[in-house]
Amino acid sequence: MLDIRQRTGYLFLSVMVGHLILISAQVQSKTGVPVLEAVTFGTFARIQVAVAAVIDGVRNGWGNYVGLRGVRAENEALRRQVAELEVRLQEHRALAARSARLQELMDLRSRTTLPTVAAEVIAGNPNPGMLTVTIDRGAADGVQPNMAVIAPRGVVGRVIGPVAARAARVQLLVDRNAAAGALIERTRVGGMVVGTEDDDPPLLMELVSNLADVKAGDLVVSSGVDGIYPKGFAIGTVESSQEGPRLHRVIGLRPAVDFASLEEVLVVLVPARGATPMDGAPGGEGGQ
Amino acid sequence: MRTAGVLLALAGALVLQTTLAGLSMAGATRVNLVLVAVVYAALAFGPVTGLLAGTAGGLAQDALAGSIIGIGGFSQTLVGFSVGVLGAQFIVSQPVPRFVMFAGATFLHEACFQALFALVETRGFRMLLAATLIQALVNATVGVTAFWVVERGPGLLQRRSTRGATLSRRHF
Repeated sequence: MLDIRQRTGYLFLSVMVGHLILISAQVQSKTGVPVLEAVTFGTFARIQVAVAAVIDGVRNGWGNYVGLRGVRAENEALRRQVAELEVRLQEHRALAARSARLQELMDLRSRTTLPTVAAEVIAGNPNPGMLTVTIDRGAADGVQPNMAVIAPRGVVGRVIGPVAARAARVQLLVDRNAAAGALIERTRVGGMVVGTEDDDPPLLMELVSNLADVKAGDLVVSSGVDGIYPKGFAIGTVESSQEGPRLHRVIGLRPAVDFASLEEVLVVLVPARGATPMDGAPGGEGGQ
Repeated sequence: MRTAGVLLALAGALVLQTTLAGLSMAGATRVNLVLVAVVYAALAFGPVTGLLAGTAGGLAQDALAGSIIGIGGFSQTLVGFSVGVLGAQFIVSQPVPRFVMFAGATFLHEACFQALFALVETRGFRMLLAATLIQALVNATVGVTAFWVVERGPGLLQRRSTRGATLSRRHF
């Protein structure tokens, strides 16, 4: 049994507090509100403010946490979506580029009287010593060895054997074993273009007399004398022209075709012996 | 028994105080019999009794006075407890220490009472020292007298009754 006399101090404090509460309950504050009510309200208001602050903090923290979780998931979803869209964009760009290239091929095909078949480059050069590509057209499509392969910008090369049913190998004009009959468009000076497998210059035009008028920037087109490449297709432009030590000039050419980005080509299904591209063909002779 | 005695003392003090106030307003202001009873209980029975007596007496006095209930209770509780604690710490069995305790309790009560009123009614602290001094002296006198009566009264009565019996025996 608790003896209240041993808790005199607590009892005294309790009684005094009780008195204060009793007094406060009867006293009006300046605003007319009883002091007890005002004090109680003020105290509880502060407690409520503190509790509300805590609750708001917890709510905000929780909300932000959940929100951040949502944002994180959304961010990941958006990243995936962006990646997918980038892939689609690249696909569309590729399709657009391919469409443009095919359009160029179609234009080329419509401008020439030569029978051609469009082909896609499906593989590069397996042998570093030879500059060749593989196309997806073969004997089943009428492709035969020594058929010329052209692109909208100019001569690409020729088909070299053996030719598969659905594939063929094309020797690029820049290969060191490749050669094509050519002439300077401006002066009609003939010669032979050979590959160097070197970037400076990639092509050389040989058998051009030191007396010939050849200037840098002159367009070189196929002459058709080789019996492979149809006449009048662009081969490249003269990059440098110097007199040689003997009878012939040393002429460096920059190819008209970008062999690094070769994707679609046309295979001329008949040897271009005597064939003439139509007027307006890119790099052509303009109806000559 | 003690509780009943204290309650009776407080009730008697209240009755006397109100009666005195009815007779003379000036006289009523010069003595606080309830406070005397509270201090008496605190000195006689200790701080707990003092604070409980102060609470009861103060609240009753407030209720009867029609003022703010609690101010007198607070003051007299403080006084009763303080006097009880001091009475337990010091020897207050002689009239002079008791007189000092009663007088000091009156000052403490008046100071606390006026301070609370000043707080509650938002007015300045106003304590009439002369009137408080008079009340302190009166209260102390009454308190010391009460102690003397309570402590010495029964003996006096017994001696007087004993003397009366002896005389009657002689007379007859």
